[in-house]
Amino acid sequence: MNQDIAVSASRIVKTYGAGTSAVRALDDVSIDIEKGEFFTLLGPSGCGKTTLLRCIAGFETPTSGTILLSGRDITFTPPNERPINTVFQSYALFPHLTVAQNVGFGLQMLGRPKSEVAEAAARVLALVRLDGFANRLPQQLSGGQQQRVALARALAPQPEVLLLDEPLSALDLKLRKEMQSELKRLQTETGITFIFVTHDQEEALTMSNRIGVMSAGKLLQVGTPRDIYDRPVNRFVADFIGETNFVRATLAGDQATLGSGDTIVVDAKGASGSVTLAVRPEQIRIAPRDRPGAIHATVAESTYFGTDMHYQLALSDGTFLIARLQANAANVYGNGDEVGVLIDGTALQLLAE
Amino acid sequence: MGKNRAFDVTTLPGFTAIAILAFVLLYAPIVTLVVYSFNGGNSVNLWGGFSLKWYKIAWENEAVQGAAVRSLIIAVWASVIATSVATLAALGTTRRKRFRGQTFIYVMINQPLMVPEIVTAVALLIFFSSVKLATGYSGLGYLILAHSAFCVPFAYLPIRARLEGMDTSMEIAAADLYATPWQTFRHITLPLLMPGVLAGAMLAFVISLDDVIITEFVKSAGQDTLPTYMLGQLRRALTPEVNAISTALLVLTVLILTAFFIITKKRG
Ligand SMILES: Nc1ncnc2c1ncn2[C@@H]1O[C@H](COP(=O)(O)OP(=O)(O)O)[C@@H](O)[C@H]1O
Ligand SMILES: [Mg+2]
Repeated sequence: MNQDIAVSASRIVKTYGAGTSAVRALDDVSIDIEKGEFFTLLGPSGCGKTTLLRCIAGFETPTSGTILLSGRDITFTPPNERPINTVFQSYALFPHLTVAQNVGFGLQMLGRPKSEVAEAAARVLALVRLDGFANRLPQQLSGGQQQRVALARALAPQPEVLLLDEPLSALDLKLRKEMQSELKRLQTETGITFIFVTHDQEEALTMSNRIGVMSAGKLLQVGTPRDIYDRPVNRFVADFIGETNFVRATLAGDQATLGSGDTIVVDAKGASGSVTLAVRPEQIRIAPRDRPGAIHATVAESTYFGTDMHYQLALSDGTFLIARLQANAANVYGNGDEVGVLIDGTALQLLAE
Repeated sequence: MGKNRAFDVTTLPGFTAIAILAFVLLYAPIVTLVVYSFNGGNSVNLWGGFSLKWYKIAWENEAVQGAAVRSLIIAVWASVIATSVATLAALGTTRRKRFRGQTFIYVMINQPLMVPEIVTAVALLIFFSSVKLATGYSGLGYLILAHSAFCVPFAYLPIRARLEGMDTSMEIAAADLYATPWQTFRHITLPLLMPGVLAGAMLAFVISLDDVIITEFVKSAGQDTLPTYMLGQLRRALTPEVNAISTALLVLTVLILTAFFIITKKRG
């Protein structure tokens, strides 16, 4: 058993209901989460992220499969006996208890002396910058402050693993950005393993050490943000993580022939036949038509995005490519402009058909 | 507001007249009863000037005193017992997965609301008389037990309503924070449920205080409660003393029910 693994889930299946109406919320999910890492589960709504967290927390028992915590089998351990705490999406603060009582609740239930509970509550409240709010009731706080209390409450017992189920989704954009760096800071300072759930790919890319991408109850890919972004294993991942152009092509050696008849040089890595090229919008450059290697295209639409320009480019066979360029004077093209398109073929990802 | 809607009941012919008539029928007798409790004369329907004399007479009447104390003892015990049972029943029917026969259990718990009270009264009379025969005990226990039983559904309904309005997220959060099931109940469920429990207890108290039929059947000699004492008085000379006692009961009930509504309104 690897000493550095905090949570190890293997072959987890969770089925809800029975017979024809049965839902496979988790379909054979195996995952190892390392000690001290910021791990993010990313996937669209309904893909099973919450169900996986609930299995780890102990609110659900998997239909089959096992969950280890630091090598110990906890598959059937009740939630109150797992050194794991959760930050709930709805916060779930106890409305009849003060902020300090909420934060001290975990340690109080563990039977720690009153003085230790009060001390820990004060320390953690300071950590989330809520000192001075100890005697308020949750309903006397703003949404962002409640969020911090929920975080403090889950951190106070110093769990081995902290589970966070879309904790930022109820906050407005500015507060969300603030909390993102706050969470990152807390994770680094406490060294606690964070398992963070989100359906926001940007949030996942900026915050995580590693990301697990889920879809329809399956774990599709696990890797660093770079891995996932640059080398998506399939079309779903490529599409879900950032914007991607999918271009059909036929390979002959390292030469890919697009539907328009244009060719580009790629790193085929031994693949051949019919493939889909995943081209990120920022991997496309626009150049004069007569540049060697440039593919002929027409600007169909241009959209201004503050720092970026987005161009929709029509190839000769009518397929479209989205390109993203910095919005500066050298990159201004109008609708109908005839342009050349340069694609950096070596940076492309080839997806099997 | 209402006027803009497609159907507004106040526009129907005779609406106002019917509403007024209904209120008169509901409240005129009560108003009369209260007014005559202040009658200086000896009649319940001939005014003889304002006086508090009948309150004084009732207050000093040992039979009334005894009945009032008995009523209160029974109501307190019955509401405590009924509320405890109802709380457990409400937890059992809302804080677990749906189970086979759940509807049947609901019906069983609410049985006293559906069975005619006179039937329950006769059944209890027969049942308790054999218990009395076997044990020789003839204290207030029978009345307390009988009242507890028919108060359960009244206590159960507000408690269950409160529990159904509370999702289990608080209890899940408590379990996540190392609370055992008992600690969760003690520190989270029960405090959050308290308004429902208080409301249930008050309702049970008022229902017990007011009961005539079952009490009349179950009581032993010398165990009159206020309502059965008043019923007994009707068979003799009717004096405004009955009005005075009724008014006192009315005031107590209105106070408790007002508290009940304030508690159930507060915090949803
Ligand atoms: N208690 C439940 N009963 C039945 N189906 C459920 C239950 N919880 C979740 N599901 C189903 O399982 C799937 C995954 O849900 P969930 O884990 O909540 O997804 P996510 O958190 O990724 O949005 C969904 O199809 C959902 O409808
Ligand atoms: Mg979810």
